[in-house]
Amino acid sequence: MEIFAPLLQYLISGLTSGAIYALIALGFGIIYNTTTIINFAQGEMVMLGALSAISIYHLVPSLPVAFVGGVAAVALVGLVLERLALRPVRDPSPLTLIIITVGAAVLIKGVAMLLWGKEAYPLPPFSGNVPFHLGEATILPQNLWVLGLTVVLVAALEAFFRLTLVGKAMRACSYNPRAARLVGIAAGRMVQLSFGVSAALGAGAGILIAPLTLGVYDMGTMLGLKGFSAAIIGGLGSLLGGVLGGLILGVAEALASGLISSGYRDAVAFLLLLIVLFVRPQGVVGGRK
Amino acid sequence: MKIRRCLNRWVLFAATVLILAAWLDNAYYYTLLNFIGIHTLLVVGLNLLMGYGGQISLGHAAFFGLGAYTSGILTATWGVNPWLALLAGLILAGVAAFLIGIPALKLRGYYLAMATLGFGIIVYIILNQAHALTGGPSGLSGIPSLSLAGLPLNTPRRLYLLIWMTVGGILGLSANLVDSRTGRAIRALHDSEEAAESLGVDTARMKLKVFIWSALYASLAGSFYAHTLNFIAPSSFDFMFSIKLVTMVVLGGMASIWGSLLGAAVLTVLPELLTVFHDFEVVIFGAILMVVMIFLPRGLVRGIMDLWEFRRFKREGGSFV
Repeated sequence: MEIFAPLLQYLISGLTSGAIYALIALGFGIIYNTTTIINFAQGEMVMLGALSAISIYHLVPSLPVAFVGGVAAVALVGLVLERLALRPVRDPSPLTLIIITVGAAVLIKGVAMLLWGKEAYPLPPFSGNVPFHLGEATILPQNLWVLGLTVVLVAALEAFFRLTLVGKAMRACSYNPRAARLVGIAAGRMVQLSFGVSAALGAGAGILIAPLTLGVYDMGTMLGLKGFSAAIIGGLGSLLGGVLGGLILGVAEALASGLISSGYRDAVAFLLLLIVLFVRPQGVVGGRK
Repeated sequence: MKIRRCLNRWVLFAATVLILAAWLDNAYYYTLLNFIGIHTLLVVGLNLLMGYGGQISLGHAAFFGLGAYTSGILTATWGVNPWLALLAGLILAGVAAFLIGIPALKLRGYYLAMATLGFGIIVYIILNQAHALTGGPSGLSGIPSLSLAGLPLNTPRRLYLLIWMTVGGILGLSANLVDSRTGRAIRALHDSEEAAESLGVDTARMKLKVFIWSALYASLAGSFYAHTLNFIAPSSFDFMFSIKLVTMVVLGGMASIWGSLLGAAVLTVLPELLTVFHDFEVVIFGAILMVVMIFLPRGLVRGIMDLWEFRRFKREGGSFV
């Protein structure tokens, strides 16, 4: 019986980090759908979200204000990134675009280091720090916040894409940009919007995880790369795939670090990435793409 | 005419290397030149892949690390002859590149970038975690120096000649590769895979070939690096180093063999000249990558030359219409 007790604990921590990976993965997917760009700066949006929410919280000690303010600020960064770094590109080959987004990631991280320094900052948990117990496992309220808000954000995203006109226009662009233009959709604006939405999602992920891990200038790189792995594992560009990929990755990581060795925890994501690329490059739920 | 200009370059290169060998008498400068040489080996290989193959490796530090650690572990821990160890490193890196390249290069687009990214991080984690083998984060020390025909290459000056003769050889080999039948096929690949395929170029095989070459160059550089420093630690082989290599390629200009030398030299010397550079290093690398790729996608030197020619063209009353 005692083997199940830690398993439940691993499952809870795995689902928590998996939810964060899923949000980041969705950010990769949204931009990929409208542009076929892989935006390697996505992880830095997570970091920016966490750090700007922490800074806002220092000015106005209200968590909702910090959350909304952080998300809005980072969404703006996403819009600016698209406008300044990607739209002016004259030779939009995949190689050029990869290098530009990698450059953007490195630049944003460097600027964040200059702005915030190298120390890690705390953000208070959304509703206290009193753990409760489920069987042998301990759950923090923040775990539930992460899972709950992830569900809300994913549902809102799905509703946005299915029910609103703008969301439908963005989907049209991802299916066929030329046809979308022909029926009067401003494809360029949809591309820019997709950068804004992705950045906002990343920022949300960062603010959710900050109370558990602290916010620090170099947190984005690893989270971004893992979110990217999650997106590939699930199937790049698919909403269900992103969520599934994130959860699979989070749970696999927690199990591996608990049962095998915590030192190799970070390798799990990339091992799964390689396996999926070689065995099923379209991802777990991916079809045509 | 063209052959003469090429020949002049090689004569100039050899003369510069020899004059520096005779004239410099400061160990620090030799050490710096040795690092430039090692970086050039890495950058030329990556440039072949990026500039000619149209593919990118975001984990090139891993092949560099495989070479360095194979040399380091075999010589320091097992007492194997350094040249045999170097060969073992080449084999290991070549096999690794082959195994990653086969599935990744069959697919178009981003797959090699993703696979090398994952591979690079896994290698970095193993270097940190496999304490018994690699010494973990604190590194591996006691790596002996290379020796050639009984002469120990234990001073920066002696190593300088070996490294730069190798760089000369590799530059020559690469220039040759680019101008050969294979090279033309590879360049066709960068311009349009479909067109290259329709002309009978086996694109997946070509890309795999270039990728393996670039991994071999990186492993060779890694072995030299281990024997130059006599000490290696995982932090020299992290993701950021892979990005630095990409920055060197981009700065020097993609598809430019000599540009690789320039990119490697500038980004090796700059941090040494400007101590402030260290704090801003990350920002500077990011800015170089973005600005060059957005505005001068052919690299800094070629880009500035293009701009200059364009201005002259306009001044002489030229127009595109």
